[in-house]
Amino acid sequence: MSGGHEHDHDDRHTAPLSDTQLRVKALESLLTEKGLVDARALDELIDLYETKVGPRNGARVVARAWADPAYKKRLLENASAAIAEFGFTGRQGEDMVVLENTPRVRNMVVCTLCSCYPWPVLGLPPVWYKSPPYRSRAVLDPRGVLKEFGVDVGDDVEVRVWDSTAEVRYLVLPERPPGTEGMNEDELAELVTRDAMIGVGQARAPERRVP
Amino acid sequence: MNGVHDMGGMHGFGPVVAEAHEPVFHAEWERRAFALTLAAGFLGEWNIDMSRFAREQMPPAAYLASSYYEHWLWGLEHLLVERGLLTRGEVEARVTALAAREAR
Repeated sequence: MSGGHEHDHDDRHTAPLSDTQLRVKALESLLTEKGLVDARALDELIDLYETKVGPRNGARVVARAWADPAYKKRLLENASAAIAEFGFTGRQGEDMVVLENTPRVRNMVVCTLCSCYPWPVLGLPPVWYKSPPYRSRAVLDPRGVLKEFGVDVGDDVEVRVWDSTAEVRYLVLPERPPGTEGMNEDELAELVTRDAMIGVGQARAPERRVP
Repeated sequence: MNGVHDMGGMHGFGPVVAEAHEPVFHAEWERRAFALTLAAGFLGEWNIDMSRFAREQMPPAAYLASSYYEHWLWGLEHLLVERGLLTRGEVEARVTALAAREAR
C-alpha cells in the first residue's frame, strides 16, 4: 500500500475501490497479461485454503492420537511423518512439532514476527493470531492472554510458549476431555477446536456420556 | 533484524480480540492478494524468508496502520519490482488507469 488507508470492512460493489483494492487488481492484471500467473490457478488456491484445508485436518490428527497410543508415540517423535499419514502435507507445514499438554504443562503457540502457522493441519490463521496484541503479549503475559480466551491456568501448571519460525510449525495436542471413553475417532474429532490446537483453548466436553 | 514487526514483549497493543465465526477472508481483495502472493512465489524468484523480509521493509508507521494482507500486498509489490518482473512505473500506471475507469 502506498497511500490512503481506507479500512473498508464491507465489500459492497457500490463503494469506490480503495487504493488497496486497486493495487491488487493492478498486480493481478499485469501478472496475468504477462503470463506469470494463471487466473484459474488463483481461483484454485483460494478454494483450497478457503474450503478444503482447515482445522478439521488437525482435529483428525488429535483424535487419532487420543484413540491410538502407537500413533500418538509416532506423532510426538516425528510429527511431520505422522501427520503425512493422513496426506496432510505441503507448504507451511514441512517441519512440524507436536506439543503435548498434560495436567502439569500447557503449551501455547505464537509467531511474534509475523504469522507462521501450520497450514496443512489448521488452514490459514485467524486475524487475532496475526494481530499485534497477540504477538506482543503471548510471550509477555501468556496467562493473561489465556484468561482472555477463557482458560484459567493454575499456578501449579507450567505454561510453555513456543515462537514459530518460517521453518518449524507447532501443533498443540490438547488433553483428552473426561467422559470420552469409548468414543471413536470421528466423535473425538468433533471435540477438537482450532483454539485448543493453538494452545489458547481446551477441547470441548462431550455433550452426553457415551454409554 | 530488529523492527516494528518484532512484536514479542511490546506493550500497549491492548487485549486480544477474537472474532466469533471468523471467515477465512474478510474481503475479495484479500483472497486475490493471498493467491497472487502464493502463485507469484511459485515463479521461484524468491523464498519464504525473502517474502517475510520484504514485508518487514514496510515503513514502520505504515506497517502498524495497515492490515495483514496489506503487508502481503506491499511485500509482493516490493519483490516483483526488485526482481524485475514488473516496474514501479507500470504498476503505478495500471493503478491510475484502473482508478480512472472506476471514476467514469
